[in-house]
Amino acid sequence: MSQPRQYELVYIVPPETTEEALADLHAQIAAIVARFEGTIDATENWGRRRLAYEIARQKEGIYVLELMTGSGEMVKEIDRRLKVIDLVIRHLVVRVDEEMRVANRRKAERDEAVAKRRVARGLPPEVAAEPGASGRSEMEEAEVNHE
Amino acid sequence: MSEERGRGGRGGRGGGERGGERGGERGAGRRTFFRRRRVCKFCVDKNDHISYKDVRLLGPFIPERGKIQPRRISGTCATHQRKLQVAIKRARQLALIPYVTD
Repeated sequence: MSQPRQYELVYIVPPETTEEALADLHAQIAAIVARFEGTIDATENWGRRRLAYEIARQKEGIYVLELMTGSGEMVKEIDRRLKVIDLVIRHLVVRVDEEMRVANRRKAERDEAVAKRRVARGLPPEVAAEPGASGRSEMEEAEVNHE
Repeated sequence: MSEERGRGGRGGRGGGERGGERGGERGAGRRTFFRRRRVCKFCVDKNDHISYKDVRLLGPFIPERGKIQPRRISGTCATHQRKLQVAIKRARQLALIPYVTD
């Protein structure tokens, strides 16, 4: 029916939160995700950060980012649960797949346009045959020669 | 050359604006500032996706007071300003950026 969607979840917990409590929270989220047959694609701990303004009398917080794929119902449930859990002082869920798709399409279009222009000028469509290490080293060599 | 100048004088404001950067000289102090060419930073960098997580990217568009810088000042194009606006508002929710600073 509907395609799975990718979401980004960021939540903030107080700085004095222990590792175990954080792991427990992660497990709870993972459980919900599993129940709705979604997947957690990545977890990123940003660590302690200063809050731009006070939230729940806290001036600092631990930020955690979760990248997950699943249904809208899953997000609804996670959102509800995070609102209930007192440990989480702030959270935000954002759908990211569509924006990424648009961005990728834009990039593809631009790359194509660049290739076309290059061909029109009688150049090979790619900027460098091997954009990896070799191209870069050539540039560096050129710079050295200049000096 | 002289002809052009004469026309500019008669044309008043319109002529001055057409003249672009030079317009300020003739305005008798009215428009002495130079209008710098504003370009959209995101278009120049070919940045399609503005993420709320990247505080350093958003920083230059938030003046001291914490407001979102208008397009007429930053020169951001409409598409990117719209995306920037969403990103800033999300970042505010997560306390990455202040709503207001006094």
